Amino acid sequence: MAKYLLRRFLQLVVVSFIISVLVFLLVHLLPGDPTTQILGANDTAANRAILLKQLGLNLPLWHQYTIWLNAAFHGNLGTSYLNHESVTHILATGAPVSIELIIISQVLAFAVAIPLALVASRKPNKPVDNISTTATFGLLALPPFVVAPILVAVFAVGLGWFPATGYTPINQNFAQNIHQMILPSIAITAGSIAVYFRLLRSDLITTLQQDFITMARSKGLSNRRIMWRHAFRPSSFSLLAAAGINIGSLIAGTFVVEALFAMPGIGYALVQAVEQRDYLVVQGISLVVAIAFVILQFIIDFIFTIVDPRVVRE
Amino acid sequence: MPDDRELLDTRSTEGMLANRIPMTAATDEAVLEMQSPALDEDGEPLKRKPFGFLFWFAIAFVAVVVLSAVLANVLPLQKPNFGNYNEISQAPNAAHWLGTDDLGRDLLSRLVYGARVSLIVGFVGVVIGLVFGGTAGLISGYRGGRLDVALNGVSFIILAFPAIVAVIAIVSFWGASLTHITIILGVATIPLMYRVIRASSLSFAQRDFVVAAKTMGATNSRIVLREILPNVIPVTVTFSLITVAGLIVIEGTLAFLGLSVPLPTPSWGNMINEGTANNLLSTDPWIMLWPALAMFLLLWSINLIGDRLRQRFDIREGVL
Repeated sequence: MAKYLLRRFLQLVVVSFIISVLVFLLVHLLPGDPTTQILGANDTAANRAILLKQLGLNLPLWHQYTIWLNAAFHGNLGTSYLNHESVTHILATGAPVSIELIIISQVLAFAVAIPLALVASRKPNKPVDNISTTATFGLLALPPFVVAPILVAVFAVGLGWFPATGYTPINQNFAQNIHQMILPSIAITAGSIAVYFRLLRSDLITTLQQDFITMARSKGLSNRRIMWRHAFRPSSFSLLAAAGINIGSLIAGTFVVEALFAMPGIGYALVQAVEQRDYLVVQGISLVVAIAFVILQFIIDFIFTIVDPRVVRE
Repeated sequence: MPDDRELLDTRSTEGMLANRIPMTAATDEAVLEMQSPALDEDGEPLKRKPFGFLFWFAIAFVAVVVLSAVLANVLPLQKPNFGNYNEISQAPNAAHWLGTDDLGRDLLSRLVYGARVSLIVGFVGVVIGLVFGGTAGLISGYRGGRLDVALNGVSFIILAFPAIVAVIAIVSFWGASLTHITIILGVATIPLMYRVIRASSLSFAQRDFVVAAKTMGATNSRIVLREILPNVIPVTVTFSLITVAGLIVIEGTLAFLGLSVPLPTPSWGNMINEGTANNLLSTDPWIMLWPALAMFLLLWSINLIGDRLRQRFDIREGVL
């Protein structure tokens, strides 16, 4: 197991390194440099040369990369060209918003998908199963940018139950924070519910046909106990794996709802930075989000090796 | 619960065998067993189901979207960017079947032209992925060896990157245009296609019929093209459809964020975005509603076609 984890850790390091190189190269290989933006009307050859030297952009690429990486390791990802806010500060203020969105949406997704799958798999191809399978299949076709505006139109503009925009930090006003989080979280939940339900349902149907279930039944265990303890537990591993893979599309979802609901999360900051061509901010956020994503996959793998030792052998 | 146990038990050999006993020889018990269908791991009956009404409806919808997008110039539509200030924010009516937006542009026309963006990005992107990733996967899965290990490692690294962040970062530096977005998403599809097709190719590379072909002295290219490729096609078709839907979602997300095809060119994503701005959700919800509905139906149709084909080809969901 130690060997497996070591191998995965080495992969993590290699992938993070490559991500950092790619993110770094993005700014430098594509045409144009930030001087045009900064200088504006003062864009003369002489001014440009001075600025390039000031910014260190006249050094060889590998040298620039080591300076950048070294600073990144010390928590310095540069500052925004526009408002001179440090990228680390932007990330620190944005992360709680995005992470809270993801957590609430996942809690909602599990709360709907797990009970539904347990009920549906008990009687495959019976009405309850057919209805929930068809309905969740529809959810797959509802990406956040389709659901969110409809939710706002109905529940915020039409019925007025929820605010259409805004964000209050959770430590300032808990109730208001949750109230504002509900619509955006639901908007990014749809796809997750469908993915988890489909996976768990087909997993459970397979598990329920195994001998140990028949054994448990003949011992006279209650259905509830059989479903939760005997059938659900082995399937929960693949659910965890799916949740890990799903994070990728959730990140996209948070970008959309943060933009629509004007919530100051990481995605909101990234999209604004892109619109304003604030390169260092784009670079910093991409780097941190990508590496956080890779580390999360590693942690999930790590949990896996503990709860399900079979993984290591594969 | 004797009822559903019986249903579930049909996976056992007895259940399978019973299906093969000719009707005339069947005892009452065997008839009973035959009536309870054998299930695959999805809980779907093993016998071939007809595709059903929904499948053909989905095909018809995709066909209508594709045809209208292709023929948009020929159809009697207004220009998508022509705004008539005497006809702003109209509800659906005889002159404008789907109504008009806040600039007096015809929503039907914008919807039809907007479909082009989604379709081009989705289908061309997948073709790019297929040509490069598919070919590489086919060969890498069949040949194995160092090439396979190297390509597999590279694809693992690329897939570790959250696609949307990479795409946004590249778009922000390269500039947003239909060509750029199609290329970026196509390239992002390459490692996905590679992995799925490689896995499928690998599973056939060791099969008896491939060994037989080798023994008879068939060349490698003949084996890949004549023995492996036909077997890989079902997985490829199914996965390609799912990927088309995935790319359409990513393009829609980018367009919603204002990072896709620049305005005023319509795309469903930027129409939805326009419809949410300036309080239009309360004054003219049609602007947002039509592209949202079209997007839902298109994604649902493509997913449904893909899923029914998957069931028909008997591919496990886990493979994709």
